Amino acid sequence: MREQIEAAAARYPDQRSAIMPALLIAQKEHGHLPGPVLEEVADILGVERVWVYELATFYTLFHTEPVGLFHLQLCDNLSCMLRRSEDLLRHLETVLGIEKGGTTPDGLFTLSTVECLGACEMAPVMQVGDDYHGDLDIARIDALVDRLRAAAGQATGAELAAAGPPGE
Amino acid sequence: MFEPVLLRNMDVPDGHLLSSYEAGGGYQALAKALRQYTPDEIIDLVKQSNLRGRGGAGFPTGLKWSFVPKRADKPKYLCCNADEGEPGTFKDRIIMERDPHQLIEGMAISAYAIGADTAYLYIRGEYVLAIRRLEQAIAEAHAKGYLGTRILGLDFNFVVHIHCGAGAYICGEETAMLDSLEGKRAQPRLKPPFPAVAGLYASPTVINNVETLVCVPHIVARGPDWFRGIGPDKSPGPKLYCLSGHVRQPGLYELPMGISLRELVEDRAGGPPPGRRIKAVIPGGVSAPLIPERGLDVGMDFDSLAAAGSMLGSAGVIVIDDSTCMVKVATRIIEFFHHESCGKCTPCREGLNWVVKVLRRVEAGQGAPDDLEQLEALCKGIFGNTFCALGDGAAMGLRAALAHFEHEFVAHIEERRCSFH
Repeated sequence: MREQIEAAAARYPDQRSAIMPALLIAQKEHGHLPGPVLEEVADILGVERVWVYELATFYTLFHTEPVGLFHLQLCDNLSCMLRRSEDLLRHLETVLGIEKGGTTPDGLFTLSTVECLGACEMAPVMQVGDDYHGDLDIARIDALVDRLRAAAGQATGAELAAAGPPGE
Repeated sequence: MFEPVLLRNMDVPDGHLLSSYEAGGGYQALAKALRQYTPDEIIDLVKQSNLRGRGGAGFPTGLKWSFVPKRADKPKYLCCNADEGEPGTFKDRIIMERDPHQLIEGMAISAYAIGADTAYLYIRGEYVLAIRRLEQAIAEAHAKGYLGTRILGLDFNFVVHIHCGAGAYICGEETAMLDSLEGKRAQPRLKPPFPAVAGLYASPTVINNVETLVCVPHIVARGPDWFRGIGPDKSPGPKLYCLSGHVRQPGLYELPMGISLRELVEDRAGGPPPGRRIKAVIPGGVSAPLIPERGLDVGMDFDSLAAAGSMLGSAGVIVIDDSTCMVKVATRIIEFFHHESCGKCTPCREGLNWVVKVLRRVEAGQGAPDDLEQLEALCKGIFGNTFCALGDGAAMGLRAALAHFEHEFVAHIEERRCSFH
């Protein structure tokens, strides 16, 4: 993590600019950003800890609390709303047995709604990890959840840990 | 038949690779710019083209560039605003995913014009595929001498760094983006000073949108008269339109600036779903006031839409059909602005909180008889009283919904229910 952060910091004349890229690197490694990780980032960059905390709590892509192995981020902004993303949210809540914002007890899924993902041509759309899934309907949502469950079943313990299971 | 300019490489196999881009004449405009023109001459070309910023404000690009001091004791920076967050907008993502070299070439020419040797490309963190493609494109361009030191063997050095955003709509506001790049919370700055004089690290800085920058190589290659010949003279050029919502063929369309909104929605995007009628259209992302169906015969350019009481914004065209509750639409739009308010100034932070509460109770059938007056009073308190345009956009959007669909708001309050669901 230190090497990656130092490489990112070299792109800026001021170390403070590297806090955002450093937090993205740290979150990729740890799954989320608990206090000790924020302090490590501050120490690596040699910046004030409060500067790191204020960014981690401002930007929505940073998670200071654990999230599931698969973070289902369903867009519910206007273009997706018009194409009935609400129905998909209700369906996911039923299928996963959790409410919006919750994580399944096995730590596999966190379900969130997010603001516009910038992919309205394929509304309703959901981001899971690095990938966008568009033109969703209930059948496609079910197939996606099944695929993700199967992928988790095949992953090794080390891969799950690297992906950042909750509660670590 | 309009020949695509900005999207001409969309269907080219592996169009994101340098080999494909070069095969279509890519980077020849950069060579022409560096070999045949001085930086000031490039600024003049862009001024003559009447190119106006595609991020939403429509400010003349060449004029913006000319504000950068010619002699400065500090480095100058170019920032590309790729933090595409305006709901209904996806044009920049598609350009960066499928034709990243077009953006890099545009950035290199623009940097040459303003005298910058470093650019930061501020892109949404969610755009993972676009980020990968840009990283690959930047590496390819370095290897081929289109980026780096002594570009094309000439006295011009230029590098592009990617900076990933982390989920904050306000970063689309250029001074908030600068604070974010400096490692701070993204909050707009008081202006002046303007970024051209004191921007990133208090150095002269130009911030341009992705679509603005990709117009530049074409202006250099084909000349400002060609560019001005497309669409209205004061607001010309090829334009990307993002169609979404209740249309049969949502997607990204490239057509001349100034095309009629009705043609765009009904002919190009196929109109509403079978059996439905259009109720209203938002022409430029949710910051742009909606236009009721009877107003669709308006030109999609900065001046025509402003005259019609709306704005071109990001050209995120969201179509709303007659199955939709407009109170719900207004509520969702204001919830978005409330969520994205950076918290710096009170009218936006607190005012939108109140607006959301009132709208939610009206939508739920629990509105009070004076709630519409409350909403107007809140709009009055927000509009014109905020640091940046976020609060204004919210107030204008709500006022348009109230002006054109007041009867739906009144019905919710009088009947104490929503008749749409």
